[in-house]
Amino acid sequence: MRKISDWGNYPVIDAEVAGFDTAEQLREKLARPGEVIAFGNGRSYGDASLQESMLLTRRFNKFLSFDEATGELCCQAGTLLSEILEVFAPRGWFLPVTPGTKFITIGGAIAADVHGKNHHVDGSFGQHVRSMDVMRNDGSVITCTPTENSDFFSVTVGGMGLTGVILNATFRLRKIETAYIREETIRAENLDDIMDGFEASNDWTYSVAWIDCLAKGDALGRSIMMRGEHATATELVDASHKQSPLVPKRGLQLDVPFVFPNFALNPLTMKAFNFVYYNKCRPGTHKRMVDYNSFFYPLDAIGNWNRIYGKRGFTQYQFVIPKEAGREGMRKILTRITESGLGSFLAVLKLFGEQESFMSFPMTGYTLALDFPISLKAMDLFKELDAMVADYGGRLYLAKDSRMSAAMFEKTYPNADAFRQAIAMLNKGETKFGSLQSKRIGITD
Amino acid sequence: MKNVLILGATSDMAQAIAKKYAAEGWSLSLAARNLELLEPVASDLRIRSKAEVQALEFDAVDFASHCGFYDSLEPKPDAVICVFGYMGDQLEARTDFDEVRRTIDVNYTGAVSILNIVASDFEKRGSGAIAGISSVAGDRGRQSNYIYGSAKAGFTAYLAGLRNRLAKKGVHVMTVKPGFCRTKMTENLELPAALTAEPEQVADAVFQGLEKKRDTVYSLWMWRWVMLIIRHIPEVVFKRLGM
Repeated sequence: MRKISDWGNYPVIDAEVAGFDTAEQLREKLARPGEVIAFGNGRSYGDASLQESMLLTRRFNKFLSFDEATGELCCQAGTLLSEILEVFAPRGWFLPVTPGTKFITIGGAIAADVHGKNHHVDGSFGQHVRSMDVMRNDGSVITCTPTENSDFFSVTVGGMGLTGVILNATFRLRKIETAYIREETIRAENLDDIMDGFEASNDWTYSVAWIDCLAKGDALGRSIMMRGEHATATELVDASHKQSPLVPKRGLQLDVPFVFPNFALNPLTMKAFNFVYYNKCRPGTHKRMVDYNSFFYPLDAIGNWNRIYGKRGFTQYQFVIPKEAGREGMRKILTRITESGLGSFLAVLKLFGEQESFMSFPMTGYTLALDFPISLKAMDLFKELDAMVADYGGRLYLAKDSRMSAAMFEKTYPNADAFRQAIAMLNKGETKFGSLQSKRIGITD
Repeated sequence: MKNVLILGATSDMAQAIAKKYAAEGWSLSLAARNLELLEPVASDLRIRSKAEVQALEFDAVDFASHCGFYDSLEPKPDAVICVFGYMGDQLEARTDFDEVRRTIDVNYTGAVSILNIVASDFEKRGSGAIAGISSVAGDRGRQSNYIYGSAKAGFTAYLAGLRNRLAKKGVHVMTVKPGFCRTKMTENLELPAALTAEPEQVADAVFQGLEKKRDTVYSLWMWRWVMLIIRHIPEVVFKRLGM
């Protein structure tokens, strides 16, 4: 037994954990009856990969094949995105889709069907998976692709690890000429301004905004929009960039060495941070060349940043609402959040593109992600926000969730019922896949 | 291109050593008992480094197979690193002789069996380097792991003798005592952070040590001093300590 939690440090549970190096070892572990769930690098925020008995996938992290001509990579599911970048970025290849941290496993990326700043152009990670092998609860291995065993494939992508343990996956990397991003930063004075900004940025590959969730009144929704494109070799100007275009200089790596006291983040410190961060960006458009780590993974440069939220932990409330409801809905929800004064400084806004998939989170519309230190007040606020999100036809991101109710899940995920039935059918037998989350939101009993 | 043979190539330490050699431009012959475990390790190294990597089946306790194994190697290695080891359950070993036997067979007999064959070939060729991963546990017997420790003590003495025999023949023999290392073998032990090396640190110590023809290397410098002290505690005192 050991204490374990996901990135939000809430909840923290006692669990029996076991790793595996081969499919055979995993099969032996699955031969024991009971409920299990795969756990990758613990970067989902809530309880989606927590369970009394957990299968650690991190040791299962080998590259199996790579095609230099097409960029097609097959690797074991415990491989981190950072491990892929370390090997392939210097050779001119980048991930097709990446979330805001590179410290997640491929298995986790598929199970949560993660998205990135290019969702409006390239969709979610699952849409790039060409094939995967998954071990079922009876130890059998099923190979599935978008066309072969396609039903199983579509339940597994975004299936939160409930269909089995993903063993390996094949997907194509994206060709890059340099490790740099041509970035534009634009200050938006309020919500309308930033939403216009997203519309105007539709043909950029990457777009995202940091939003000040404490600003009220006329400044409600004031933001900083960041958009970017992979820089071509000819676009590099700096001599130091040109010298090794695919290998950027290592940035400063910091670490939060201990858990902050709970009072460290209070309305005053957060307001001060937001003020400085917003005003650091002068009005207008700013262009610069940044390496991919600074553009995609600014927080990865601060090890254990989750510790700043103190011992009680935190949750990230991430919802999406349809585009039609976007402006009005986002205004109402944001107003409620700013009134509460509970939000923190890490708030991200993005306009998703279309997505048709069975269980995945994204839909055409606006998504907002916002960190909250865990408190009773915050929990009450979430219930209010849930009702608003559901009314607008939106939903919450399972990879971030640690507290949504079964009713909320049922109401907001159109395939909730079909998913539950599929999982019940797949989980026949003595060994079942299930997490604290799947139980809480009523997918498993 | 130089070739290194790594025996017991699926352990964390061996994988780190393999990565180091691949990054330094060597070709690799990886040998281990479990090919299902070894094949992905080999493909991973090929993709990472574009090095030439062979995956070979090798069982340390199947002594009779060792000659044939070495004969079939192509190319013959320029360096051999003997990494395999077995840390049994010390409590079980007090009463279960099979456990004792396995500990001795893997850590001592198996290593001696294959390295004797390697040594003869290197001696004939007048070149080559051998590194054996022994253990600080072999420096002094302690109640907590003296079966493993005594097998490693034997291995340390064997390596010292081999070094003595081959020193004038152009063949270098190095003893590696990693100290605590964060690996599968020790994942259930509570290890003091300051004295615990990452497998990559051991790999660096092995590679650098062989390049500089060191005789004995520890992965972290403190261990040399820690073990110096431990070796010099008088036995009348030592025997009463709960180590």
